[in-house]
Amino acid sequence: MSIWEYANPVKFMRTSGAVLPWAVAGAAICTVAGLVWGFLTPLDYKQGATVKIIFLHVPAALMAINIWLMMLVTSLIWLIRRHHVSALAAKAAAPVGAVMTLIALITGAIWGQPMWGTWWEWDPRLTSFLILFLFYLGYMALWEAVENPDSAADLTSVLCLVGSVFALLSRYAVNFWNQGLHQGASLSLAPGERMAAVYRYPLYLTMAGFFLLFVALLLIRTRTEIRRRRLAALLAREMRK
Amino acid sequence: MIELGKYAGTVAAAYGASVLLLAGVILQTIRANARARRELEEHENRG
Repeated sequence: MSIWEYANPVKFMRTSGAVLPWAVAGAAICTVAGLVWGFLTPLDYKQGATVKIIFLHVPAALMAINIWLMMLVTSLIWLIRRHHVSALAAKAAAPVGAVMTLIALITGAIWGQPMWGTWWEWDPRLTSFLILFLFYLGYMALWEAVENPDSAADLTSVLCLVGSVFALLSRYAVNFWNQGLHQGASLSLAPGERMAAVYRYPLYLTMAGFFLLFVALLLIRTRTEIRRRRLAALLAREMRK
Repeated sequence: MIELGKYAGTVAAAYGASVLLLAGVILQTIRANARARRELEEHENRG
């Protein structure tokens, strides 16, 4: 069996229909359990209760970057192999990625005010994340602006390639410039920098929850796009008669 | 009882905003999917 079989919309609808209930159940259990567990963790000796924001901020930021990278892969598949389902999957992922980026920006600002003394700083990571959010908005606007779906898929795929620079920058900005307010990786394995287990395990759970939530939303949204495309094709066929 | 200390408002704002955004995208996804399914079924049933 080849992965390219899923480029067939009928095969994709059948398989995604079977996977979807498991993804929804996993997302609900992991996200709710992780957030409740995170909420019940003890206060940090430096950050106080604001440490609980990490259970939203880190999974959302992680997904914001990785959703764009997933869109990059599916856009490349569209550009190279012209599989419609891959282009529709990229389109379906974008609003979820934009919401994840917005959550990361908002929770970061809310945490930053008491901890850094400012809501916002033109720090390399924060700035590249804001640009990534603008790329998400631009990507969605471009899909809506171009009438021909194949042309829209071509143009948005190229935009996705360009935006990938900022997706990677937002991940590695701290390492590249080594300046600004934002600290390094929250889940560092370096000696002395490792997060305490009491915070690390609920964080792993919320990360799994956000990932499964994305999978569930991606499957539903891609199925929606396939149905819309099918309806448009049927209407176009009737118009030609 | 969950202790949040002087940062209770900060934590509540972060959780509130995030839950609202997540609920919004979930609701929009479900509604759009239901609408697309209904419209396609209606069209196919009309033959």
